[in-house]
Amino acid sequence: MADQALKVQEKKELVPKGEKTVPARYYVPVTDIYEADDALTVVMEVPGVDRKDVEVKLENDELRVEARIDFSKYEGMEPLYTEYNVGHFTRAFSLSQKIDQDQIAASLDDGVLILTLRKVQAAVPRRIEIN
Amino acid sequence: MAFIFNDPFETLFNFQQALDQLRTSSWLDAGLSGQGTFPPLNVFRKGDDIVIIAEVPGVKKADLRIEAKGDTIRIAGSRTVGLQDKASVHRRERRSGSFDRAIALPIEIDADAIRAECRDGVLALYVPRAERDKPRAIAIK
Repeated sequence: MADQALKVQEKKELVPKGEKTVPARYYVPVTDIYEADDALTVVMEVPGVDRKDVEVKLENDELRVEARIDFSKYEGMEPLYTEYNVGHFTRAFSLSQKIDQDQIAASLDDGVLILTLRKVQAAVPRRIEIN
Repeated sequence: MAFIFNDPFETLFNFQQALDQLRTSSWLDAGLSGQGTFPPLNVFRKGDDIVIIAEVPGVKKADLRIEAKGDTIRIAGSRTVGLQDKASVHRRERRSGSFDRAIALPIEIDADAIRAECRDGVLALYVPRAERDKPRAIAIK
């Protein structure tokens, strides 16, 4: 896998359902989602985001992640040549499983946000023995 | 035009528009060489120096290799996207693979003084302009 050449993945701009009050554009973070027996793992790429600027919300079975970049680092810089745009990230998922709200774990390393969402006990599949 | 940030909301939008306008910039055209297109690069000028910024989420510092020779900078590396055992995949959008990109800047650079920083998945290369390439003020007698 690692030998294949990486191509640019064009950043997808968010098409919002409701308009934001500020005109800045948001981007949809590239995401992997895995499901194991007891938990759901969400892996998101949010380059340039500090851990204090990530907001994860779980409401009515909707998982919403907002990650804001610190663009003040670009202060005093004049763009000469650009291949991508920068902006805050946001993405929401509807969850089909019941998630234990108190046991959401999050980590952020090298611009990759990993959320581990534990399922509530009732949602973990049980093996039923046949007598 | 450099960016001075007063109103944070207006400014981000203006900045995004400025970046969009430069998508057709020919500043680096003559100097783009090497294989591959990843990672996408933004090039800025800060004072006399050049700042090259690339988004490389999930790439470890140890997996990045940056070389400079003459006016050419090479950025190579690889990214692996780990798979968990015993997990079913719902979405798979992240890509793994290797990349190797070389760019030749249209100005003379001080290759020995390049500084690289990689934080939160963003690689920044601070490339100082060579002293002999800087414009000199000529006094009129």
